[in-house]
Amino acid sequence: MKSFEYAAPKTLKEAAALLSDKWGETEILAGGTDLVTSLKQHITEPKRVVSLRNISEIKGIEIEKKDVRIGAMTTLAELAEDKNIKEHFPSLVTAAIGVGSPQLMSVGTVGGDLCQRPRCWYYRNGFGLFAKHEGASLVREGENRYHAIFSNDGSALFVNPSSFGPALIALGATIAVSGPKGKTRKVPAEKFFQTPKTESDRETSLKPNEILTSIFIPIKGLRNATYEVRHRHGLDWPYVTASVAFQIKAGTASDARVVLGHVAPVPWHSAGASKGLNGAKVDAASAAKCGEAAAQGAKPLSKNGYKVQLVKAAVKRAVLAAAA
Amino acid sequence: MAKVDWPAADKRTLIGKRIDRIDGPLKATGAAKYSYDINRPGMLWARAVTSPYAHAEVTSIDTRAAEALPGVKGVWRDTEKEVRYAGEIVAAVAAETEEIAQEAATRIRVQYKPLPHQVVDDDPKFFDAAKDKLNKREEGNVDDAFAKADKVVEGEYGIPVIAHCCLESHGQVTEMRDGELHVWPSTQNVSRYSDQLGGAVGVDQNKIHVECQYMGGGFGSKFNSDKWGTIGALLSKQTGRPVKLLLERDIELMTAGNRPSAYARIKVGAQKDGTLTAVEADIWGTGGNGGYNPPPVPYVFKVPNTRLTAKGIRTNRGGQRAWRAPSHPQGCFLTMSALADTAAALKMDELEFFLKNVSLTDRAEVYTEELKIAADLIDYKRKAHPRGDPTPGPVKRGLGMSIHTWGGMGHPSECDVTISPDGSVEARLGSQDLGTGTRTVIDIVVAETLGLPLHAVKVQIGKSDYPASGGSGGSTTVGGVSASSRLAATAALNALFETIASKLDTAADNLEAVRGEIRQSDKPENKMSWKEACALLGVNAITKRGSNNPGESQKMHLMDGGVGGAQIADVSVDIETGIVTINEMVAAQDCGLVIDLKTAESQVYGALIMGITYALFEEAVYDVKTGRMLNADMEFYRLAGIKDVGNLKVHMMTGKGYDERGVVGLGEPPVISPGAAIANAVANALGVRVPQLPLTPDRVIAVLQKGGNLA
Ligand SMILES: Cc1cc2nc3c(=O)[nH]c(=O)nc-3n(C[C@H](O)[C@H](O)[C@H](O)COP(=O)(O)OP(=O)(O)OC[C@H]3O[C@@H](n4cnc5c(N)ncnc54)[C@H](O)[C@@H]3O)c2cc1C
Repeated sequence: MKSFEYAAPKTLKEAAALLSDKWGETEILAGGTDLVTSLKQHITEPKRVVSLRNISEIKGIEIEKKDVRIGAMTTLAELAEDKNIKEHFPSLVTAAIGVGSPQLMSVGTVGGDLCQRPRCWYYRNGFGLFAKHEGASLVREGENRYHAIFSNDGSALFVNPSSFGPALIALGATIAVSGPKGKTRKVPAEKFFQTPKTESDRETSLKPNEILTSIFIPIKGLRNATYEVRHRHGLDWPYVTASVAFQIKAGTASDARVVLGHVAPVPWHSAGASKGLNGAKVDAASAAKCGEAAAQGAKPLSKNGYKVQLVKAAVKRAVLAAAA
Repeated sequence: MAKVDWPAADKRTLIGKRIDRIDGPLKATGAAKYSYDINRPGMLWARAVTSPYAHAEVTSIDTRAAEALPGVKGVWRDTEKEVRYAGEIVAAVAAETEEIAQEAATRIRVQYKPLPHQVVDDDPKFFDAAKDKLNKREEGNVDDAFAKADKVVEGEYGIPVIAHCCLESHGQVTEMRDGELHVWPSTQNVSRYSDQLGGAVGVDQNKIHVECQYMGGGFGSKFNSDKWGTIGALLSKQTGRPVKLLLERDIELMTAGNRPSAYARIKVGAQKDGTLTAVEADIWGTGGNGGYNPPPVPYVFKVPNTRLTAKGIRTNRGGQRAWRAPSHPQGCFLTMSALADTAAALKMDELEFFLKNVSLTDRAEVYTEELKIAADLIDYKRKAHPRGDPTPGPVKRGLGMSIHTWGGMGHPSECDVTISPDGSVEARLGSQDLGTGTRTVIDIVVAETLGLPLHAVKVQIGKSDYPASGGSGGSTTVGGVSASSRLAATAALNALFETIASKLDTAADNLEAVRGEIRQSDKPENKMSWKEACALLGVNAITKRGSNNPGESQKMHLMDGGVGGAQIADVSVDIETGIVTINEMVAAQDCGLVIDLKTAESQVYGALIMGITYALFEEAVYDVKTGRMLNADMEFYRLAGIKDVGNLKVHMMTGKGYDERGVVGLGEPPVISPGAAIANAVANALGVRVPQLPLTPDRVIAVLQKGGNLA
C-alpha cells in the first residue's frame, strides 16, 4: 500500500473535518476488512485514512422510541448476538451469520458492510469500477457469472455486495449521516444506495466528507426473513439474496417489501414482487408467484442467466421463512 | 541376527497402530518453524514484480526509482525478453522491511510491448481443427466393436485447470555466508533442491545447504528451486545479506503450478449385460505454456477396443506442474463419468456395473472387496436408486462411485542410524515431511526395529547435508524411507548384537531386541537392558547406513507398488438453486503394509477434502480479452472448509493379502476418485449429467433448464 497519514479522532465533527470533499483523497476506516485490502492492492491510494474506532457514540445497539438504533461501528458479531435484533429482525441475523467467518464478523462493522466497495473481480484486479478496456466493457464480454442481472444496461455491471442493504430496505430502515461541522441528515435506506455514473463515483449517496453514523429500524412487527443462495459455507458470497418483510393481517400480507441482493449495482427493490404479495394469502403458491414476479425484467449477461432462477427460489424461500 | 523383513502381525508393537504424529504438538502450538517463520540476522525482504500482460515483449526495466528509495538494498531484473503469461516474474527488489520492499516494487517501471495472447482451453474447435493431423492411439478393432455393441453411449465431459494453492506459498529464505549458500525453502525435495540452483547462481552444489523441517503442502509443485529460488540467492549474493522471498498468494496462483485441464467427447460401447467392449475418446486441454500429456482414458478398465485422440492447447497461462497423481484425476473423471452414463443407459445399477467390469482391471479382487466395503459403509443397498431421485421436493439425493489406481513404489533413499553408548538412537536422512507424517513413520520403523518406544528415537530429517533421500512425489516417500530406515536400523542392531553376544554367552544370531531389552531368542531370560547393552559399546557409537534399492527392496517385500481404491459419494442437489452438498463420502483404500494407521487415514481424509474441493469449487478463471487470471486470490479461488465436506469415512485395507506386500505409497491414490464419484452422484440425484467440474450452481441450473427438470 502507499503511505498515508492516519488519524483516529474522538468525535464525528473532528472526523468530518479530517475528510476531504473529494473522493479518493481520504478514506474512512471502520473494521478495515474491505478497506485494507483495497489499500494493499492499490485500488485506492488516499493521502489520509480516518479511523472511526475512537468515536464511541457510534457503537452499539439500543432501542430509541419506536426504533432500534444500530451504531455504524457495531460489529457483525455484536449484531448477530443482540437480543433486540434477534427478536425483531431475524432477517438481519441471517445476513450477519451468512458472512460466516469469525474473523470478518468480529471486526467487520455494519457501517462498513453498507459502504463496502464492489467485489467485481475486474475492479479488484485494477481494471476500474466499470472495467472498461479499449472502449468496451470487459465484464460484458468476459467473466460475468457473478454480475448484475438487473439494472445492467449502463456502465456499472457489478453487484452491490452488502447483505445488510436488502434487509434494511425491506425493513424500512433509515440511515443517519453526519457531515462537516456536525451537520446531520437522514436518508431512507433505499435512497442510501446509488449506481455510480462515473468511475470516481461511489455506490452510496454519502458525500466524501460524510460519515454513516447509525441505522434506525422501526419496530412495526413486520414478519421478515432473508434467504441467501450460498455454496461454500465460510468466507464466501451469496450468489443471490432475498430479504422480505410484510405484515400478516387476517391471513393476508400487506406492507410487503421484497428486496434482492447481489443482483444489481444497488440492493434491488422489486416493486412488482412487493405489490403482488400485498393482499395475498401467504402460502407456497403465492410465495412462488412472488418469486416469479421478482425475476420479471431480469436481463442476464452472457454467463449469469442462472441467477434468474436463483432469484425465484430465494424470494419464494424468504417469503415462506418470514411467514413461518 | 535381526532380519530386515517386516515383523509378523503378532510381533508388531508400533507398526500398523494408530499413532499420533510426533510433531503434532509443535505444529499446533506454532513452535514448528516454516520457511516464512525463518528470520536470519540482518535479513532483507524481497518482493517480486510480475507481468500484467499475458504475452508481451519486455522492452525495458527501469529500477532507478526503486533503488533511490531509502532501505532498498538490491534489485533483480530478468534478462528474458518475452513474458508468456500474466503473473510471470520479471523483476524483484530486496529491502530492509517488507513495507519498503512492497513500495519499491511499485516503483519498478517495466515497459512492455503487448503481443497476441490466447488463454481459452475448452473450445472444441481447437481439437476439431487439428483432428486429422493428430496421432490416434488405437487398440483392437474399435469400429467393429461399436458396430457390434448392444449399446453405444456418447457424452461430453470437462475438468478445468486448477492450481495447487498450497496453504504455504512457495519461496525461501536464502543466506550467503563465507562462500556457502544456505537455503530454507518450502520444498518437497530437500536432497535434490539445489540441482538447478547451483548452476544458476554459480555456487558449487556441495556448498549449498538446504533445510526444510516443516512444510505446508506442495502437491507436486515444489520440486525445484524455481525462478524465485534463483532470485533470492542472487539477491543474497548481491547484498551480502539473508533474503526472504515468499510468493504472494496471487503470484503463487498464477505462476507456481497448474493442473492441466481435460475436455472430452467420449463414446462407450457395451453389451446388454454391462460388459464394456469399446471406448473412443477425443480429448483436448491445456498445460498452460508448457506441453500436454493427455489423461489416461479409459482409466483403470482395460477395455479391449480403444481409440484415443488428444490435442494439447498451448495457452498463455502459467506452466503445468505435477498435481497430486498427475493426469489421473482427469482420466478418472472422464472415464468414470462416461461409464456411469453407460450403466444408466443400460438401466443397470452402477455398483453392479462396476463389479461386472472389474475383471477388466489389474486388481479385480481388490476392487471387488473395496467396492463392497465402500457400499456397506455408505449403506448403498438402502440408499441406491436408479437415475433421478423420485423424492418430491427440491432436494434430490444420489450416490455415485469411482475406482482408481496408482503405483507408489518407494524411491531410492539412504538413511543413517546411530546407536550411541548411552543408549540413545538417532536416524538421519535427507527426506522431508510434507505434513503427511513421514517423520513419524521413520520413528515408528526405527523404534519397532530396535524394540524401543517411539520417543527413544531422534529423527533428523529435512537437511541436504544428511544422506540423500528422494523427492516426495508420486507417493514414493513412505516406501522409500520405511525401507531405508528399516535397513539401517537392522544393520545397526546387528552390529550391536555382534558387540554384546559374548557377554550373553551366545551368538549374535540368537539375539533379538524386544521391549527395551536384548535377549536370547530361545531363552528370553538370558537378557540385558538396552542401556546396558549400549554401554558395552565403550566410546564407539554404531552408525550404519541403509540404502534403499527399490528393485531389491521389492523382492524382499519391504515395499511394493500398485494400489487400488474405491470411493462412493452421497450428495444432495437443490434443484431450485443448483447447490450441491456432500452428505457423506467413503473411501476404501489399500497401500500394502500400513506403518501408521492414523496418519494413513489422515492422508485419505485430506485427499477426500481436496477432491471435494476440486469437484465443487476450484477453477482458475481467466479473462479472454486481457489474458489475466481473475481469481488469483482465496476469495474466488475457493477451497472447501470444514462445513463443506460432509461426513467422511475411511477404510484402510489391511491384513492378509495386503500386509505381506510391504509398504506402498498413499499420497496420490485417494485424491483421484472424488471428482468422478461426486459427479456421478449428482447425475444419479438429478437424472441428468452435469458434464463439467466444478459443480457450481450455474452449471447445474444450465443442465436442468436444458433437460427441463427444473422444479
Ligand atoms: C471473502 C469475503 C466474504 C464476504 N462475504 C460477505 C457476505 O456474504 N455478505 C456481506 O454483506 N459481506 C461480506 N463480506 C464483507 C464484509 O462483511 C465487509 O468487509 C465488512 O462488513 C466491512 O466492514 P469493515 O468495518 O471492515 O469496513 P471497512 O473495510 O473498514 O470499510 C469498508 C468501506 O466502507 C467505508 N466505511 C466504513 N464505515 C463507514 C462509515 N461509518 N461511514 C462511511 N463510510 C464507511 C470505508 O471507507 C470503506 O470504503 C465478505 C468479505 C470477504 C472478504
